[in-house]
Amino acid sequence: MTAVVSLQKVAKHYVRGTQRVEVLQRLDLEVGSGEFLALMGPSGSGKTTLLNLIGGIDRADQGSVMVAGEALDKLGSRALARWRAAHVGFVFQFYNLMPMLSAYQNVELPLLLTNLTKAQRATNVRAALALVDMSERQAHRPAELSGGQQQRVAIARALVADPTLLVCDEPTGDLDRTMASQTLDLLEMVNRELGTTIVMVTHDPLAADRASRRLHLDKGRLCAAAAELAA
Amino acid sequence: MKFIPLIWAGLWRKRTRTIFTLLSIVVAFILFGVLQGVATWLNGFGAGSHTNRLYVVSRISEIQPLPSGYLSHITRVAGVRQVAQVAALVGSYQQPTNTVVVLATDPRALFALYPEWRVAPQQLQALTRTRTGVIVGARVARLYGWRVGDVIPIRTSVLKNDGTTNWSFQVVGIYDSPDQPSEEDRMIANYEYIDEARHFERGTVFAFVVGIDDPSSATRICAAIDARFANSADETLTQDEKEYIQGQIRQLGDVGSLLNAIVGAVFFTLLFLTGNTLTQSVRERIPELAVLKAIGFADGSVTLLVLTEAALLCSAAALIGLLAAAALFPATAALGIAGTTLPAKVYAIGLLIAVGLALMSGLPPAWRAHRLQVVEALAGR
Repeated sequence: MTAVVSLQKVAKHYVRGTQRVEVLQRLDLEVGSGEFLALMGPSGSGKTTLLNLIGGIDRADQGSVMVAGEALDKLGSRALARWRAAHVGFVFQFYNLMPMLSAYQNVELPLLLTNLTKAQRATNVRAALALVDMSERQAHRPAELSGGQQQRVAIARALVADPTLLVCDEPTGDLDRTMASQTLDLLEMVNRELGTTIVMVTHDPLAADRASRRLHLDKGRLCAAAAELAA
Repeated sequence: MKFIPLIWAGLWRKRTRTIFTLLSIVVAFILFGVLQGVATWLNGFGAGSHTNRLYVVSRISEIQPLPSGYLSHITRVAGVRQVAQVAALVGSYQQPTNTVVVLATDPRALFALYPEWRVAPQQLQALTRTRTGVIVGARVARLYGWRVGDVIPIRTSVLKNDGTTNWSFQVVGIYDSPDQPSEEDRMIANYEYIDEARHFERGTVFAFVVGIDDPSSATRICAAIDARFANSADETLTQDEKEYIQGQIRQLGDVGSLLNAIVGAVFFTLLFLTGNTLTQSVRERIPELAVLKAIGFADGSVTLLVLTEAALLCSAAALIGLLAAAALFPATAALGIAGTTLPAKVYAIGLLIAVGLALMSGLPPAWRAHRLQVVEALAGR
């Protein structure tokens, strides 16, 4: 299985006030193509930081971050933005949709950065909305949708440009059990049927159970598979 | 074009705030349009002046009278075709605020010198026949509802021989000036009537209007007229029409600078208002801008989005303001202040100012958006 994500000896620290916080310490990770990886761990363990590095919205202090065949630490800000547009779809805990845009317009956003015509964009947007079963609500603004529906639109936005990798930060963290289950069904389906590699950060063991692999992060280090820890 | 919905959405995120900001800019540009229109009009005043007309006034001051006897001397200067002496009677009709100006002159000579003032020949003839007659401008006639045959009482500060200051004129005609409607606010009367009836300053005028055949000789003729009265008790200053008119405007003070100062102060205030609105708007949208960056918008693209928002707001408001100013501008002509159409130059300058305003007020929030760190912004830090 080809590695979509390959991290070697990655370190990252933050400075909070006068304190230096080591978030990730010489971390190695490989995620294969088509894999659905769940990253678990306590708050402050570095899960989101790791996800941000994989998604190319943050940079490592040390080590190499290779995602979708590109060494992210070698890319400039502009090239990194282009790379994200082409290879990564983001799903956030609080959906982060544009409140003034309709579901359709929100899903269309990543396609505005491509050279697709309006008609081609419309075809892709409708396909993405159909995939998440939101075709009927495409004219609605986020405020007119439930949390679960908003997350579906966010997933459609993440998928519409056909990314290599989907990074999901607590995608079910703001949803009730039923909505969370439906969202996870959707992610599973995307992983299974579209072959999209997914890296998901979650606190929820039930959500993690849906993944094909689970990793536990503690104090900036990958410890072991979550299942093994539980055992 | 494909980014328009995104820019539009950002602009209308807080509808009320945007509307109020838009209105502020609109009002500023209405003010700018009208004032700059007046300033441009004043700067160009006299541009359409007649090059074959000269004006002779006192060298000391324009309000200093000159002897009416100069008329025959001026007429004899080589190159002079016709001369009309002009004295002025300033008074009010019915209300002290209804100011009227009566020009006491030789009507035939004056109307010959001003062919752009149109009057029926029989009305002009009636004026020469009627000692107390007056031909009134169409605008002033409309304003006070005067008709031919009406007798108009004018209250002045000029004492008559009978001890009163009230003058009476009979309307014998109405003239118009289609190219310069602002010149339709005068009353043309017989010099002899006014000069003989007034108690003081008899035999004087405030100016002579001189018609010449060859405009290229104007400088020589001006010098010749002034030389004729040099070293006399009443030295003259002779100018062509453009110089004379601009000299009159200069007496009002530096109107252009005053208007520019007002407009400058308005735009300076507006800069802070617009800047504050855009800064607030960007601050509220930091997580949204961070998401845009996360999904692949480059720093420059986000900067451009914010600047385009500012440009759209400022230029749309400027355009509305300038169009409203253009609609209001003819009212200034009715008041005798300026022309009937807003000069094209004002639109061009206005739109340039709008772009400048957008850049200056939009750059700080755009720079903030540019520097936005996705991770920090998403974490709410």
